[in-house]
Amino acid sequence: MEPILTKYVKQPGGASLDFYMKVGGYEGLRKSLGMTPDQVVDVVKQSGLRGRGGAGFPTGMKWQFVDKKSPKPKYICCNADESEPGTFKDHVLMERNPHLLFEGCLIACHAIGAKVAYIYIRGEFYHVQQVLERELAKARAAGLVGKNIMGTGFDCDIFVHRGAGAYEAGEETALIESLEGKKAQPRLKPPFPAVAGLYDCPTAVNNVETLCNVPFIITEGAEAFAKLGPEKNGGPKLYCISGHVKNPGVYETSMHTTLRELIYDPKFGGGIRGGHQLKCVIPGGSSVPVLLPEQLDIPASFDGVASAGSMLGSAGLIVMDETTCMVWAAQNLLYFYKHESCGKCTPCREGGDWLHKLLMKIERGDGEMRDLDLLLSVANNIAGKTLCAFGDAAATPVLTTIKTFRAEYEAHIREGRCTLPASWRASHPVLAAH
Amino acid sequence: MSFHPLMEYGAGHHQSARVLPEEGPAFQFTAANLAKLEEICTRYPAERRKSAIIAALYLAQGQQGYITLSAMRAVAAAIRCSTAEVEDIVYFYTMFYTRPMGKHIVMVCRTLSCALAGAERVTETLSKELGLRPGETDANREFSLLEVECLGACDRAPVVGVNDDWHECQQPEAAKALIDGLRAAGAGSLTGCHLKVAGE
Ligand SMILES: Cc1cc2nc3c(=O)[nH]c(=O)nc-3n(C[C@H](O)[C@H](O)[C@H](O)COP(=O)(O)O)c2cc1C
Ligand code: FES
Repeated sequence: MEPILTKYVKQPGGASLDFYMKVGGYEGLRKSLGMTPDQVVDVVKQSGLRGRGGAGFPTGMKWQFVDKKSPKPKYICCNADESEPGTFKDHVLMERNPHLLFEGCLIACHAIGAKVAYIYIRGEFYHVQQVLERELAKARAAGLVGKNIMGTGFDCDIFVHRGAGAYEAGEETALIESLEGKKAQPRLKPPFPAVAGLYDCPTAVNNVETLCNVPFIITEGAEAFAKLGPEKNGGPKLYCISGHVKNPGVYETSMHTTLRELIYDPKFGGGIRGGHQLKCVIPGGSSVPVLLPEQLDIPASFDGVASAGSMLGSAGLIVMDETTCMVWAAQNLLYFYKHESCGKCTPCREGGDWLHKLLMKIERGDGEMRDLDLLLSVANNIAGKTLCAFGDAAATPVLTTIKTFRAEYEAHIREGRCTLPASWRASHPVLAAH
Repeated sequence: MSFHPLMEYGAGHHQSARVLPEEGPAFQFTAANLAKLEEICTRYPAERRKSAIIAALYLAQGQQGYITLSAMRAVAAAIRCSTAEVEDIVYFYTMFYTRPMGKHIVMVCRTLSCALAGAERVTETLSKELGLRPGETDANREFSLLEVECLGACDRAPVVGVNDDWHECQQPEAAKALIDGLRAAGAGSLTGCHLKVAGE
C-alpha cells in the first residue's frame, strides 16, 4: 500500500505549512466545514475508523456519544502521551506531519461542536512539542486555527499541553485529570468522557494517529478508506517494529499485511538479526499476550490479532529472538508497571510490586516452584479489579509468559539461574540494585 | 495483615514515610516567567488556572534547576491553589526534581525494547565511567545518572535522553565517548532525534 499518513515524512521541509499546502493540505477541513457536524460524524462512522490508541473503538461512534445538546462547551483531547513500551508512531506523525494532526483536530472539533482541542503530549517529547508549537503558530497566522477559520465563521483553537512523565496519563480519564492540573489517575466510569470529561464537559479523547486518518476520510470518502483494509479494519495503519529485527522502525501499510510479513519482509522488519531465530513477539505494545512463530500468519488487524488470542493494541511489535530469557523480559516489564502504577487502586499499586519482587526472586535464583502459583494468583487478583485497564496490562506479561514459557520458569527455579547461554543479565550489578 | 495471605507485609519496603520537601533558598518567579505563565493560563478557561500547574512547575524548574518548598509556594500563589496541591504534582510526575541535579542529566531508557538492545549494559558502563549509581549526582553537579521508562523511540534503541535532548543507538562501549562529548560540546555532541531529515 502506498503510504498516506507518512508519505512525506522523509521529505526535507515536509513538516512545514508551505509544503503541506502544496500537497493538498487542509482540503479535508475546507470540505468538512461545508458539511454539517452530523454529516461529518456519519462519514467517519461509515468509514469504520477504529481508534489507534489501543482499544480499537469506532471513532464515529465515540463522537456520536458526545452530548451535543449539553449547554456546556465541548472538547477534543488529542492523546499524544505515547508511553506504551514499544510504541513510537505518534512521535513520527507529530514531528514530521504536524499539520495533518491539526487538520484532524479541527475536523473533530467541528464534528462534535468543540471550540478547543488540547493536544496532551508526554513531557519527554520536548523536541516534538517545539515542532508542534512552531507549526501551530504558522497555522494560526494563516487563518487555519483561531477565529473565523477559512472565512467560514468557524472558531476553533488548538493548544499543546505538556505532561511531565507518567505512563498512566495516556489512559483517557487520567489524561483529563492531568489536563485539569491533577495527578494522572483514572476516574470511575461511567460517566464516560462523552458526557462528563474535561472540566466536566462533554469530551472526546482521540489518539494522534486516529485523528490523522480523518482528513483522508473526508476528502476521499468513507468507502475509499474502508477498502484499504479488511472488513471493519479499514484505512492505513502504522506499525512500530522494535527489538531483535534487522530494520526496526515505523511502517505504514494496510491491515491485510500479516504479522509474519511485518517481521520478515525486507520492506518492513527485514527478519531477525543475523544468525538468530524468532522466539516470540508481543504484537501490541507491552500490555498484550505474546505470540509464537507459528501464530504469525494472520492479518495484523484488530480482529486478526484478537483471533490469535492477543491484541493489536498500539501496534507496537516487540520482537524477541531465542537469546531472550522470558523471566527476565517479564521482570523488565513488571518493573515498568510497578514504577508507573498511579497508586489509586490497591490491587495494581501493591500487586505490581509483589509481582516484580517474585520475578526478581526467580531471576536471582532463589525461586521456589510454589512461586509460580503465587505469581498467577497475584496477577489474577489484579486483572479486571482496577478502575482502568492498567491492571490488566500489568498482569498480562506475567500471565502470558507463564502460560507460554512455563518450562523456562521451572528451569530457572530448578537450576537456580538463567539457563540460556547468552544471558549475562543475572549478574548485572545495576539490575541487582533494584 | 497483608492484602494477600501469602505475601509478607511490613518488612521495610511497604512502610510509608511522608517525604517533606526542602525549604530551599527564597524563590520568586522572574517577571518574564510570570508573564509567560499568564500567557499559558489564557489557553484554559479563566476559572481553570490549575491546568497550568505543570507549565508553572516547568518554569520554576527552569529557573532554579529543581523544585523546593519555597518554589512550590510561589507556584501555588501564581496558580491560586494550595501548596499541598502543588506538592502532589511534584511528587507524582517523574520529570520534576526535588534536589539539585547535574548540569547534564543523563537518562537511560531501561524498558524492554532498549533492554533487548543492551540498555542494562549502557547503564552499567555509564555508571562505571561516571562513578555514579542510577539516581545519583556527582559532587560537582556536572552529571546525574537516571534510568527512565520507554521514551517512545524504541526503533533506535538503546535511547539516552540528556536534559531535553536525545541520543539514540547508544552502544555500551561508547559510554566514555558520550560523556567526553557532553563535557566538550554539551548537547551539540548528541545525535538528536533520528526524525531530523537530511537536508533540513
Ligand atoms: C494505562 C493506559 C495507558 C494508555 N496510554 C495511551 C497512550 O499513551 N496513547 C493513546 O493514544 N492511548 C493510550 N491509552 C488508551 C486511551 O485510554 C484511549 O483508549 C485512547 O486515547 C482513545 O483514543 P482512540 O479511540 O483514538 O484510540 C492508554 C490506556 C491505558 C489503560
Ligand atoms: S523501550 Fe526505550 S525507547 Fe522504548
